Amino acid sequence: MAKELWKGNEAIAEAAIRAGCDCFFGYPITPQSEVPEYMSVHLPEHGGVFVQAESEVAAINMVYGAAGAGMRAMTSSSSPGISLKQEGITYIAGAELPAVIINCMRGGPGLGTIQPGQGDYFQATRGGGNGDYRTVVLSPSNVQETVDFVQEAFDIADQYRNPVMVVCDGLIGQMMEPIEWREIPKRKLPPKDWAASGRKGRDHHNVINSLYMDPEVCDEHNRHLDEKYAEIVKNEIRWEEVECEDAELVITAYGTPARIALTALEALRAEGIKAGLFRPITLWPFPEKALHELAAKEHVKAFLDVEMSSSGQMIDDVRLAVEGQKPISYLGHAGGVMPTVEEMIESAKKALKEVK
Amino acid sequence: MSASAICTHRISIVTGHYGTGKTEFSVNLALALAAEGASVMLADLDIVNPYFRSRERRSLLEEAGVRLISSSQACSDADVPSLPAELLAILENRSLRGVLDIGGDPVGARVLARFQPKIVQEDYQLIYVLNANRPEVRTAEAAVRYLQGIEATTGLTCTGIVNNTHLCGETTEEEIRKGAALAAEVSKETNIPVLCHVAEEKFVSALSDLPETVFPITIKMKKPWE
Repeated sequence: MAKELWKGNEAIAEAAIRAGCDCFFGYPITPQSEVPEYMSVHLPEHGGVFVQAESEVAAINMVYGAAGAGMRAMTSSSSPGISLKQEGITYIAGAELPAVIINCMRGGPGLGTIQPGQGDYFQATRGGGNGDYRTVVLSPSNVQETVDFVQEAFDIADQYRNPVMVVCDGLIGQMMEPIEWREIPKRKLPPKDWAASGRKGRDHHNVINSLYMDPEVCDEHNRHLDEKYAEIVKNEIRWEEVECEDAELVITAYGTPARIALTALEALRAEGIKAGLFRPITLWPFPEKALHELAAKEHVKAFLDVEMSSSGQMIDDVRLAVEGQKPISYLGHAGGVMPTVEEMIESAKKALKEVK
Repeated sequence: MSASAICTHRISIVTGHYGTGKTEFSVNLALALAAEGASVMLADLDIVNPYFRSRERRSLLEEAGVRLISSSQACSDADVPSLPAELLAILENRSLRGVLDIGGDPVGARVLARFQPKIVQEDYQLIYVLNANRPEVRTAEAAVRYLQGIEATTGLTCTGIVNNTHLCGETTEEEIRKGAALAAEVSKETNIPVLCHVAEEKFVSALSDLPETVFPITIKMKKPWE
């Protein structure tokens, strides 16, 4: 199929429509407002429902309701708006409902800046809401991956009855790139026989709930969730390795910094420096084992973690995976500033020099 | 082809659908006009797009002698629809050449409406930038609809179509020709002439058979890894 030029945010919305999204509930915030803008025009054309909610809190609770009725429901926002949605996300996880949440991240904390950021890694992977729950977090690094992942996110959510978050930084949402609409691998999805969508002759009502008053029942519910999360860890971990086969210096990065790293790699390799990139694609579940094994390789001397975050957030997962086998340095900016190719080259050289 | 030949009027107003490449064209046009000796002001009036705005190329433009005015001088990253008072300099100082880089779609073009009474008294052209790879304007019918929407919102009449069809780093000669065909169709339907085809330098000679001239550009609005 011929390539088309799409803006990241519009492509997210179109991808959701193509994935059969029934309902979108959102609230505008830069840099993701093109998502609800596109949805407001095009989702109703496909028979879907678009609601601009009165707030982010309302939007995520509308997602909760629609998902509970068996609809494919989605919301999108950017960092401060995602903070507001956390209560709804933990309810959705607790009630075991499928939902897709897009976070087009900007610089923080608080209102921060409208320029791109990655300071929501902890919030996305540790659970910004209360309780023991997990959100599957997919991290694309270009517009093509973004449209693929958004479509797949609906299937992953349905398969595990769990919220799935796609985190892209503001740059991915705002930039234009050529993409093609390709077939997404089909998954075998369970029937939504739990949905509160009418009794339909059953002998019982379906109830959507995250409240378990009896502590033992709640404990049991948590165990069940845990088993589900273990299943997700077993099946869904994704990452990409670029030129890691002989790399002495491995850059760890996701999203836009990983994209910048590719240019830095070329320059480093041209200078005879063996550099590689390890790019986690699922931030949760994190590719811990793969990174641990890479760190164990004799040719790997050091890691350089690069994020759009002041002192790093993913770096904690990198440290847990590397387990002290090799030193890890850090390069990052917060507040909407992106690391440059030159900075990466310099930091990579410095990291290698320190171990040689 | 010279920029002066494209800008046969004192003020060039660059409009179009989101993401058609208005800013890349505007920045290149302003730089080319300055290189040809004109005293140029570029106004970044994009109030709908938070990234990839011409204000991000301030130093490049100023070094080339182009004066840049943008919607919020004090805080170029604020997403507030404030308009610079200096815009009046372009409208009132007739010794200046002006390039107005407008936000996408009728909604982005709305900034022009309040200046309409002043603009119509000046020697201006309203340019409609077209990119055949943008899904919302890939048919002549849709492209005309956006064009008419922009005219209705601004109260100004479009005088020229610019074919800026590309696929970022994956652009080919065929892509530009595809855009030329769409531009011809839109031109036929609206009776608005095609001003030029925009192409990176490397494509210019291969496109010399096109009925309209080719405006050569170099990519200025780069992504951080480019």
